[in-house]
Amino acid sequence: MLSFLVTFLPRAVVQSIPLLLGCIGETLNEKSGSLNLGIPGVMYVGGISGVIGAFLYEQSAGENFNSVLGVIIPLVSCLIGSLLMGLLFCFLTVTLRANQNVTGLAMTTFGVGVGNFFGGSIIKLTGSEVPSIALAATSKAFKAKLPFAESMGSVGEVLFSYSFMTYVAIIIALITAYMLKKTRVGLELRAVGENPATADAAGININRYKYTWICIGCMIAGIGGIYYVLDYASGVWSNDAFGDRGWLAIALVIFSIWRPNWAALEALLFGGLYILYLYIPTGMDFAVKELYKMLPYLATILMLIAISLRNKHENQPPEGLGLPYFREDR
Amino acid sequence: MDKKKKEPFIHITKRKEISLQHEWAIRLGAILLALILCALLTTLMTHLNPISVYATMWEGSFGSERKIWALLKELSILLMVSVALAPSFKMKFWNLGGEGQVLAGVLATSACMITLGSKMGSGSVILISLVAALVAGAFWAFIPAFFRAKWNTNETLFTLMMNYVAMQIVAYFIIRWESPKGSGKVGIINPDSKIGWLPSIAGKQYFLVVLVAILVTIVMYIYLKYSKHGYELSVVGESENTARYVGINVPKVIIRTLIVTGLICGLTGWLLVASTDHTITTTLAGGRGFLGVMVAWLAHFNPIGMLLSGFLIVFMSKGTSEISMAFSLNRSFGDIITGVILFFVIGSEFFINYQVHFRKSSSGKEVADA
Repeated sequence: MLSFLVTFLPRAVVQSIPLLLGCIGETLNEKSGSLNLGIPGVMYVGGISGVIGAFLYEQSAGENFNSVLGVIIPLVSCLIGSLLMGLLFCFLTVTLRANQNVTGLAMTTFGVGVGNFFGGSIIKLTGSEVPSIALAATSKAFKAKLPFAESMGSVGEVLFSYSFMTYVAIIIALITAYMLKKTRVGLELRAVGENPATADAAGININRYKYTWICIGCMIAGIGGIYYVLDYASGVWSNDAFGDRGWLAIALVIFSIWRPNWAALEALLFGGLYILYLYIPTGMDFAVKELYKMLPYLATILMLIAISLRNKHENQPPEGLGLPYFREDR
Repeated sequence: MDKKKKEPFIHITKRKEISLQHEWAIRLGAILLALILCALLTTLMTHLNPISVYATMWEGSFGSERKIWALLKELSILLMVSVALAPSFKMKFWNLGGEGQVLAGVLATSACMITLGSKMGSGSVILISLVAALVAGAFWAFIPAFFRAKWNTNETLFTLMMNYVAMQIVAYFIIRWESPKGSGKVGIINPDSKIGWLPSIAGKQYFLVVLVAILVTIVMYIYLKYSKHGYELSVVGESENTARYVGINVPKVIIRTLIVTGLICGLTGWLLVASTDHTITTTLAGGRGFLGVMVAWLAHFNPIGMLLSGFLIVFMSKGTSEISMAFSLNRSFGDIITGVILFFVIGSEFFINYQVHFRKSSSGKEVADA
């Protein structure tokens, strides 16, 4: 059992981090009153922007690969890519007051297209046999581990064997949770999401809050995309490999009841559920494994039903979720 | 001296009304801008001049009789999904589960064709699979509707999750039914006996699909515009409180409307398996559940308008796939183009609903008036 946990947990953790980052990003979006269904697209764009940055740097640096730059360049290009997507969403839904769901869906179509298009183009550029891009050097820089992990046996394996990004993600989750719950900015952000008219009357600049936090949210989600490529997939980008993780991240927002600190734990559960089918002994019956893959979605549905049944005030989605705000409307 | 108040540079008001010509001028202007931008993007990628970009796209959609039929089939299927989703959205029930509801129909149809294929004649298999597909689609839509009606469970996320549940169930059965064994997919179902296959009309395989789509669109137009059901669901969409006040049974309307949506989605799934593709894959719905949302929304849930917005999207996707084939670009180029067009049309709605006033140069007098 212990040896099972030692092999299973680290894989679940690595699986969970992209979900967690996407979830934090979406939570920030939703807390500002925007149901951003474009997050899957944003994560794709974040991933591919980072890959493009890493690819260009690896090509130009060659032998003189500097691992600090190798981490910074992909991260920065990833942030720029996802920021642009965030700005697009803000411009359409906040400034032009477009419908959030439709804009989000269009952004997902667009983002997945951008990811696969540039991914495919780079693959063609490298002329490799397999349909993927391998960024070995960058991935190695990304996977720098804590120095003392190896000397601590299985405890070290389970707790400290991950790349620095894993810990950064968890810290981001805790900071976001603290920000939302305990600070003035968080309080005002939640006010914007719950009831923008009231927040407006209290002198809060609605549009500035929405723009700021939607963009920050998208950037955090974008990091999830690059984490997936450079850490989980060891620097191998292949088209569509990211799959439906973006939707799973949105599911996780509900499952964590809009609380990023809980999301850190529940992401682990989701990550575990997502790969559980690999560990369940079904013998040669591959079909049953497919049924296990629906567990995270079923869990989300059950959670949705549960929170609506209990109807507790603090567990509900932000009241202004999905509604555009127009001051003159009242 | 209280005239010093600064007038903002841009000032936005809601339009009271807008003439139909003006509305369409704005919309067509946005589409035109999007098409120009798309042509520029394509030119950048292929070094083709923008006019021949569209010539190639035209070629891809209307180049041969086969291509025209392929376009018509694609448009019909997309139109059916959009038409199916229209009543839900008109009721402001955010049904993002079209994908799953179509897959439910697909699964039911395949199940009938595979298990009954050796036991019955083609006619009875077609009939049974139709009923099964309708029931399956309706059931898949009923589940989230029930919880929404009873306990106000968030339907956007519920329906979204139902897609993946459906997808995994389909994946399960694909492995159960796989043929040849070990290939991980179900090939063409009943390839020799053709049991359960819908007949071609006038020698054209897709004629039937087009016919059904036209019929469904007209019926839905009448249902939404002239029936009591259509009236009730639009009242619920405008305001649930008003609906309750005038004595409409809101939960009943929600469930009934979603069953209508599910029935048409199931029917679409039935056509996909029995008439066009004759196989089952997890991606047979092909993202139309999401695309259909946008098609329906762009047309303001008017079934006739959906014909136009659906055509725009199908034409662009067929056209770009022709371009990417001719210039060996990545297939995903089409998704980017579709995205760009959608962004423009989505953005144009703002200029239809609102009016932008710029600050006049001699603003002093204006402020005094206000």
